[in-house]
Amino acid sequence: MVRGFALLLLFQFLGEVLSRALHVPVPGNVIGMALLLVALGRGWVSFAAVSEAAELLLSHMALFFIPAGVGVMLYFELIGREWLPIVVAFFVSSFAVMAATGWTAQLLDRSQCQGDDDDGE
Amino acid sequence: MTMGSDLLNTPLFGIGLTLVIFELAQRIYRKTGSIWFNPVAWSIGLIITLLMVGDIPYDAYAVGGKYILFLLGPTVVALAVPLYQRRTEILARKKPILIGVVVGAVVSIVSASGTAWLLGGSKNVVLSLAPKSVTTPIAIGITEQIGGIVELTAALVVMSGCLGAICGPEFCRLIGIKNNAAVGLAVGTAAHGIGTARMLEIDRLGGPVAGLAIGLNGMVTAFLLPLMFILFW
Repeated sequence: MVRGFALLLLFQFLGEVLSRALHVPVPGNVIGMALLLVALGRGWVSFAAVSEAAELLLSHMALFFIPAGVGVMLYFELIGREWLPIVVAFFVSSFAVMAATGWTAQLLDRSQCQGDDDDGE
Repeated sequence: MTMGSDLLNTPLFGIGLTLVIFELAQRIYRKTGSIWFNPVAWSIGLIITLLMVGDIPYDAYAVGGKYILFLLGPTVVALAVPLYQRRTEILARKKPILIGVVVGAVVSIVSASGTAWLLGGSKNVVLSLAPKSVTTPIAIGITEQIGGIVELTAALVVMSGCLGAICGPEFCRLIGIKNNAAVGLAVGTAAHGIGTARMLEIDRLGGPVAGLAIGLNGMVTAFLLPLMFILFW
């Protein structure tokens, strides 16, 4: 388990270093995820070494967002100043994105690999 | 009194409060089985209420909160594990996934800033809304670049995540999206990590695909939004 956490932190660190060195707007942890995926695919890191630690963290992922969410309390005033455009745009856009992304992916997936899903109509 | 405020400024307070409230919220969620009792959204709401009622500054909470937040970093890296496990299914859907994310990213930028602009939002607000579906660190970077209000973007990102986690999968089913990978992609694109956390709980393919969408949408938006800003503003 400790080995798994050490590997995850190592890949996060590598990602952070790359993110800074390349001046890309992609955060270190997302680059770390890509690097770990490559390392698993190439067999540089064994699946067994990281799976236990990864599953423990992933099963609690929701919890780790709470402190950032509580931070919203600092900006109530800012949101309140122009609440109407903010609130309406927020709802409209959130649902529009899900519809656009989901419909597009479903449409293309159906034409590409038919019979692959367990939801045949 | 001094002893009390001393204790408030130790990590024990922020970590303890978060865990106790989250455990409570999860119990209520499991007992009711209703999506409206989403544990993340309720935990955030309850903690904010408690801090405001108790007149406790956010900074005191953050002394402990930042340790919990730190764990988010390795958790995002850990998303590589379910992605690796589901690689065959995901690689078979390369095209729908990539095109779906690009379409979602464009719709997100245009619908968020467009709606706010039509309703008379100020330039700052319109710009801050544009990257709201992207994971926090990328969204903040984009807002800085185009000149919006970083704090407003950060707040909107969390709210988008909560909305997607609360009713994203249900909304997708309602409008006829039945394909599990497509639902995961939609929720991950609209609601980044918070949406992904929900998808990981309910679907073995949709969860990892949502995780992939966090990274893809982040990169596509980081590339497209500044470009659209230069072209159209």
